[in-house]
Amino acid sequence: MSVVTPRQRVLEEHRQPHQIPDEEKHSTNRKERVIEFIIKLCGVSAIFIIALIFLFLLREGLPALTQVAISDFADARWYPIEGKYGFTPLLFGTLLVTAGAVIIAVPLGLVTAIYLGEIAPTWLRDILKPLIEILAGIPSIVLGFLGWLVLAPLIQKAGAPTGLTALTGSLILGYMALPTIISIAEDALYAVPKEYRDGALAIGATRWQTIWRVVMPAAKTGTVTAIMLGIGRAIGETMAVMMVTGNAANINNFQANIFLQPVRTMTATIAAEMGEVAQGSTHYSVLFAIGIVLFLITFAVNSIAARIVGKQSRSRGSSL
Amino acid sequence: MSATEGNTNQENKILVNDFDFYYGDFKALIGLNLPIRTNQITALIGPSGCGKSTFLRSLNRMNDTISVARADGEILLDGKNIYAPGVNVVDLRRRVGMVFQKPNPFPQSIYDNVAFGPRVMGLNRERNLDEIVEEALQSVVMWDEVKDDLKKSAMELTPGQQQRLCIARTVAVKPEVILMDEPCSKLDPMATLQVEELMRRLADEYTIVIVTHSMQQAARASDFTGFFWLGELIEFGETFSLFTQPKKELTEAYITGRRG
Repeated sequence: MSVVTPRQRVLEEHRQPHQIPDEEKHSTNRKERVIEFIIKLCGVSAIFIIALIFLFLLREGLPALTQVAISDFADARWYPIEGKYGFTPLLFGTLLVTAGAVIIAVPLGLVTAIYLGEIAPTWLRDILKPLIEILAGIPSIVLGFLGWLVLAPLIQKAGAPTGLTALTGSLILGYMALPTIISIAEDALYAVPKEYRDGALAIGATRWQTIWRVVMPAAKTGTVTAIMLGIGRAIGETMAVMMVTGNAANINNFQANIFLQPVRTMTATIAAEMGEVAQGSTHYSVLFAIGIVLFLITFAVNSIAARIVGKQSRSRGSSL
Repeated sequence: MSATEGNTNQENKILVNDFDFYYGDFKALIGLNLPIRTNQITALIGPSGCGKSTFLRSLNRMNDTISVARADGEILLDGKNIYAPGVNVVDLRRRVGMVFQKPNPFPQSIYDNVAFGPRVMGLNRERNLDEIVEEALQSVVMWDEVKDDLKKSAMELTPGQQQRLCIARTVAVKPEVILMDEPCSKLDPMATLQVEELMRRLADEYTIVIVTHSMQQAARASDFTGFFWLGELIEFGETFSLFTQPKKELTEAYITGRRG
């Protein structure tokens, strides 16, 4: 909890990079300056590299816009060999699989985090938390195998025409996003000061009311971050999705249940086709253009998250 | 206001009978017997670790959140044992509210802080809530300070205001007893005085038990005082006589500063 006095607030608002007065400059230790320079270099180069990546994406991807008409991108067919670069099936595939993963992972992840952070006894939490964090480290290809060998046959047995469907992808992605969501959301809940819980309990709130009305709002920043990182992981995931979604870039014959049809995601398309295109060809540029769109989606997700989180005041030294 | 003035109500709101309390194997409270008088301010004094806070937290079973804690004996609230099996702790805490040492407003607006209690009790009609919030803030003499800033975050208030807000939050549930655990130890002298005056006003409607490290505060602000030492209640009586004519040597040594 941070108690911000007016003086601290003024200091915070007028905070500037630390200026060293002239008379002290000469006496400033040489070592200090070297360390400061290295830190500055690291910070600047991180930004620089991200900018470079984006520029590279633009350079490789933008020619696609001149070679393919915008209306062709809106087409429902993705047949690169025939020059049909209809983008909608891929966007649809990514959004469908991601939405499914979010619907599965977010409620489950938050409830698990609440259980671990608020309800489970300490000894159980100490066992479960590291286990869940280990799950986050399972290579996605292994989960892909699991989905292919175990999950897909189950879904087919349940009545789908094929086991390789959007639902299979959503389940695997949801499972992949779960450890991230649980771990980070639980950290956020755990960081909520005990005083808040005591304050609520001491005037007759039930445990659940305390969690829902005090602890969760106080941990909003962390839980939103957890969800966004989970979504980020789901959107960007390639290999596991490629293995289990059936890779059919086809939205012409809808199934009654859209989740039970094979789809192809944007990431899977890039991974599957990048190896067989000629550098500089239209197909090549279009794949990079897909990369740009992915980049923009991720950027949008992060911006939305920053907005939600930004509403809470953030000041230096605050505990959350 | 001197401690011997005011009303001399002798009804017992709470009666403590042979109460023991354990943290695991450690016996933190030993054989306590004392009354808490209705609409009076009872102060609990004693050195750190003497059990006064533990006792305070026993009065609304806040110690239940500690898994190794265990209580023996009985604490009667209006004649009913709060440690009897089947007692609803949530209902108990609505009747016996608590204010903590460190001001702990929720990181929400001033209005939402005060409305928290009524809301969890199921009151959601805005008009009634507005009235309750105003009334609670009036009763802690804060309404005029904050009436135009009700949407402001409680975290922006001064510590003194935060503590009074926490008292308002407790008052808004209309409890019968208010427990205060060193409510002024994080406040400056002015804010401390405000809280003490506030307690005096609130004692018209509520029974108040306060744990304090400051003997001046106990002497200034309370009607009855209990002196705790190593988990035992050494002496209990009217504040004025306990401070002027202590019956036990240990009490005298403590309040004159020779032990502590």
